[in-house]
Amino acid sequence: MTAGTPADTGIPRDAEGGYIDGNALAGPLAELFAVDLTAATSQCAHCSNTGPVASLHVYRQAPGLVARCQQCGQVMLRLVRAPETVWLDMSGITVLSIPVGAD
Amino acid sequence: MAIISRGFHGRRPPAGRKLPPGQYETTGFPVLSAGPTPWISTDKWELSVTTETGRRHSWDWTALTKLPSETPTADLHCVTKWSKFGTRWQGVSLDVLLADVETAAEYVLVSSYGGYTTNLPLEDLLDGKAWIAYGYDGRPLAPEHGGPARLLVPHLYLWKSAKWVHGLELRENDTPGFWESAGYHNYGDPWQEQRYRGD
Ligand SMILES: [Zn+2]
Repeated sequence: MTAGTPADTGIPRDAEGGYIDGNALAGPLAELFAVDLTAATSQCAHCSNTGPVASLHVYRQAPGLVARCQQCGQVMLRLVRAPETVWLDMSGITVLSIPVGAD
Repeated sequence: MAIISRGFHGRRPPAGRKLPPGQYETTGFPVLSAGPTPWISTDKWELSVTTETGRRHSWDWTALTKLPSETPTADLHCVTKWSKFGTRWQGVSLDVLLADVETAAEYVLVSSYGGYTTNLPLEDLLDGKAWIAYGYDGRPLAPEHGGPARLLVPHLYLWKSAKWVHGLELRENDTPGFWESAGYHNYGDPWQEQRYRGD
């Protein structure tokens, strides 16, 4: 058996480069927030690049979810899910702009 | 021997070996990473140890690989619940590396190429418990497993065995690393099942 196949770990293998896009955050964040944060725009605290949360580079073959800036590669968000607690670090994001209903 | 289904993961540990609580055995070698794999050529590679007084010791690749090496066999326990028995490594014991380093520090903050960090008590690196490993299974350590060199501290969960190790900072105070600051246990003993903060 080769290293790291799904049969070994139950963890899906992600695309080349080891990351997938920010849409992978939708489920874990939906457990916490009423709005879909993957539809939001985020500004990177490291390089100030602004872009959709859905375009972040998400590494999930790890003890937690790690979302990195698509521009500078620095960590913007970390999410660790324990059975009874979720730890969410968004210190790599300065501003989130979140679309909401106009009425 | 009776055949007992143990579900998806299925295998019994080899005779005489025990799994820590909540772990299952894998025969593969899963690759976990919180970021892109850094590719560091051994020409440019360096390991440094900085003491609490600011004294800096460093080794380039030639210096590291000239030091006496050991070939430990270790069981690995990842906090994501897989364990792998009997992995064979080559590396330099931290006892050798730290032999001439004068320090009264009690803690170490380990940093890696790529920005990863992890913290542990200095005593967990000493007395034959930890290595700077550069060989795996008779071959140079592959980048996806932390090559050119990684820390190997097999008595703690594997996130403490920082891949792509670059520096050890000896400190008087404990400073949480990458996962330790995001909910994981500060120490990470697999036999005590210290996965998350508060376990
Ligand atoms: Zn950035």
